[in-house]
Amino acid sequence: MDSQLTAWALAAVQALLFVAAAPLLAGWVKRVKCHLQNRAAPSVWQPYRDLAKLLRKRMVLAENASWLFRAVPYIVFGAMLLAAAVVPLIAVHLPTAAIADVIVLVGLFALARFFTALAGMDVGTAFGGMGASREMMVSALAEPAMLMAAFTLSMTAGTTNLSIATEYVLQAGLVLRPSFLFALLALAMVTVAESGRIPVDNPATHLELTMLHEAMILEYSGRYLALIEWASQIRLMIYAVVIVDFFFPWGIAREFSAAALAVGAVAVTAKLMLLGVVLVAWETVLAKMRLFRVPQFLGFAFVLSLLGMLTHVVLETGG
Amino acid sequence: MTLLEITLLTPLVGGLLLVFIGHRPLGGWVNVITCAVTFGASLAMALDVFAHGPQLSGGRMFYIDAFNVYLVTLTAFVGMTSAIFSRPYMRHEVERGRVTDVRLRLYHSMYQCFIFSMLLALSANNLGILWVAMEAATLTTVLLVSLYRTPEAIEAAWKYFILCGVGIAQALFGTVLVYFAAENKLGADRDDTMLWTVLHGAGAGTLDPAVISLAFVFLLVGYGTKVGLVPLHSWLPDAHSEGPTPMSAVLSGLLLNVALYALVRVKMLVDASLQTNLAGHLMMGFGLLSFLVAGLFLHRQHDIKRMYSYSSIEHMGLMTFAFGMGGPLATYGALLHMTVHSLTKSAIFVTVGHASQLAGTQRIEHIRGLMRTQPAIGWGLLIGTIAIAGFPPFGVFISEFLLLMATMQSWPWLAIPLLVGFGVAFAGLFRNLQPMIFGEPPPGQQPVEANMLPVAVHLVLVLWLGVSIPGFLSSWFEQATLLISGALPR
Amino acid sequence: MELAELSLFSQAIILFAALVLFTSFIMLGQTRTLPLIFTFAWQGLLLAVVTVLVAYVSDHPDLYVSAALTVVLKVVLIPWLLYRLSVRLNMQYDAEVILHPSLLLLAGAGLVIFSYYVALPIVRLSGLATRNTIAVSIAVELIGMLLMCVRRTAVAQVIGFMSMENGLFFSAVVSTYGMPLIVELGVAFDVLVAAILFGVFFIQLRDSFDSLDVVRLNRLSESDAPMPSHDEAGAPPPGGRA
Repeated sequence: MDSQLTAWALAAVQALLFVAAAPLLAGWVKRVKCHLQNRAAPSVWQPYRDLAKLLRKRMVLAENASWLFRAVPYIVFGAMLLAAAVVPLIAVHLPTAAIADVIVLVGLFALARFFTALAGMDVGTAFGGMGASREMMVSALAEPAMLMAAFTLSMTAGTTNLSIATEYVLQAGLVLRPSFLFALLALAMVTVAESGRIPVDNPATHLELTMLHEAMILEYSGRYLALIEWASQIRLMIYAVVIVDFFFPWGIAREFSAAALAVGAVAVTAKLMLLGVVLVAWETVLAKMRLFRVPQFLGFAFVLSLLGMLTHVVLETGG
Repeated sequence: MTLLEITLLTPLVGGLLLVFIGHRPLGGWVNVITCAVTFGASLAMALDVFAHGPQLSGGRMFYIDAFNVYLVTLTAFVGMTSAIFSRPYMRHEVERGRVTDVRLRLYHSMYQCFIFSMLLALSANNLGILWVAMEAATLTTVLLVSLYRTPEAIEAAWKYFILCGVGIAQALFGTVLVYFAAENKLGADRDDTMLWTVLHGAGAGTLDPAVISLAFVFLLVGYGTKVGLVPLHSWLPDAHSEGPTPMSAVLSGLLLNVALYALVRVKMLVDASLQTNLAGHLMMGFGLLSFLVAGLFLHRQHDIKRMYSYSSIEHMGLMTFAFGMGGPLATYGALLHMTVHSLTKSAIFVTVGHASQLAGTQRIEHIRGLMRTQPAIGWGLLIGTIAIAGFPPFGVFISEFLLLMATMQSWPWLAIPLLVGFGVAFAGLFRNLQPMIFGEPPPGQQPVEANMLPVAVHLVLVLWLGVSIPGFLSSWFEQATLLISGALPR
Repeated sequence: MELAELSLFSQAIILFAALVLFTSFIMLGQTRTLPLIFTFAWQGLLLAVVTVLVAYVSDHPDLYVSAALTVVLKVVLIPWLLYRLSVRLNMQYDAEVILHPSLLLLAGAGLVIFSYYVALPIVRLSGLATRNTIAVSIAVELIGMLLMCVRRTAVAQVIGFMSMENGLFFSAVVSTYGMPLIVELGVAFDVLVAAILFGVFFIQLRDSFDSLDVVRLNRLSESDAPMPSHDEAGAPPPGGRA
């Protein structure tokens, strides 16, 4: 009973930590990018100040905005919050990890995306519709790749549950799996596409015609915009944590002692910082692609994940 | 120095020598002499094998038995007569300006290297060396096909290179599979698992049937491409028609035979391990298909060399069909056919070379009145085509008759497509030939300097084989038949 | 999982085999000449690494020689030859247009499945530690063949041919721990001569057709359109002497 209570408490703390740390990750990425581009960098806490500012500001809504327009930010934030609550950040085997299924995650992302697209079209502006259609195209191509990569990993681990899979990979020790390598590459490409990073979308652009994700939320302001921004920061962090859990899970806490939790927290922080640096390096080296080349990019991601599946079946299961 | 070593080393040495002196008038003579020496050595070796039985040599690297010894002799003989023809022909081409000195050196040295690689393929015991020699045979002739440097020649050579390269790569995979199956059963510690003698002697059912049938499919595709089986034949008409005429003669007459030899050797291995007749059926299918399709294509040709190349495809298809059918009668017929086709086809190509020199073109509709202008060429072409179409009393008739008899014994209803194919091919050949030989010669057509002696020799041999096969040759064939099919004919 | 039970070196063999397959896929989609050549060189290098690992795991010192041969031939000589030719023919920055790259990559994946099916009887029979990689070697060979069939430039076709040879060498290494050394030497010699001949051909093709786009090679066909005749240009009248 006591341990149950501790476990639930830990789960709540982890969820809060996740949500609270997401802007920090965004701030870190921004800071590293500025350093790499030899610019003066804002402080890592700047996203918090931006969110606070937005929460204070007055909202301006279009006259024909429907109830959907007003509801979507909460739906999106709620979906991301739920996803963040279940993904193992510091410890595995938390009670909330029972629904930490990869397919559930994909479903939650799809839910958020669907409603955002609807909101983009709700007000009837041209940019909103354009952003919605572009976003849907990208996700239609990215989802098969992501699912195929997830299935490859699940076939090795024997389950789609993130927490159990992480435990499995931890237990197996150092094993060189080509299917994991390909799935990692595929997932990385899908992350880039779904989070709206270069080369699919430039998050810092102000040119509406080049926007994918930003175009859908152009009409939002005030606390709605704060919620949506926060939700996209949480989404990037979720993708990063999923990659860390599947491929580099060493250090995560398997029991609930203070020492293990501390190690887990430090480990995941270090890994996320490292992933941030990798993302920035990738973004700095590449340029944004034409929209018509995005299908090729995602097609390659799909082929990579397919290759991962094939190598798993051909090479890793005993002849 | 054994006879085999002499036979193999002579063309190699000749090739090296000709790199330096190939462009001089002496080069042509050196070519001829090298071929003559090779032929002499091979003849002596044949008599030796005949007297003492099959021989291993070179540390079991080489193996000469009844099947390949006569092919070795045949190769050396046709190589020699083609060299005799090529000497004045290439001189003429140099005078015409179609071939430079450098290319003549390349031509002569590659000619000898080609003969060497064919002899190596024929005498190799190691399946891997067999493959290497087949690939080397392709590589030596590729540059010769494009010798004239016209766009068509380069295109033909490129197609030849790519298609045969792809095909032969499949054959390498088949060889790897055979090696794998052999290592599996015979153990991995021996160093002789790629030797044909070891694999053949290992007994029936030793090699895993699934792997061996897979290996045979790959080997059939691979070596079948070099034999010219439909649908892998598209390089053949181009390559045989674009190169210089001696090259066409040698490619059509010899290389196809060597590729078929490789295929039959492999089939002998496969038959010992498989309980079903998969290998035979596959060969029969592809052979019959090639035979019929090539016969039909004969009618559509506008280029005289392409027409005769399709005739080669047709005959090779027939031989593949016969070897696939198995049985002593069909095998004897196929062996005889290999010989007579080789002799006749090379003679035809030599004559065609002269005819195209006479007419100044290879287009059938522009070649007219050969009989009037130069009766030697006219008669040569006429008799050659009669021989290849299967008229008595030439040797081709005998072999085709034997094949028909064998077909009617084991697959009676297949004799109908065979007869139809014979008729179609005959019609195609003569439809194009008749105006060429008997038509009105265009004004101003002059006779050319032509040495018809090799042609005459070949045709006389074919006639002799048709009328009565000499005793030693017959017992050669019988020994080979015994080896391949396990029984004597009749 | 069986993979976890293998030694780290055997796992490395499987990993590098998968990377070789990956380079095959990259070559399928790569349109530019120079990156294609470099990818081919990478494939050769990865293949040599696999061969060394197999030599170590299976204790076959012959394979070290084969690996060295592969490095010299497929990583250094042939890519260098192709690079020099590209520069000389001024086509190192050419990029050909592939109509449906995604379709091509999916066809490659289909070939992997097909080779898995083809290799099943071999894999069941084999007792070697590397038997799982036999299907990958067949796939590399078949993808090389696909590369030759689909691509339009001569360089891509040559690289497809060489990639086929890579696949064949790989299959020999993993199914039988390499063929006898004399056969390997013969095959290597053939490949080298073939590469040199390809080089000569490029120059001939370029001089004659002014491009290395093999779609232009279409004068010889079975159609009834009159083909260019073989009259010698500027030759003396038919049958006459100069």
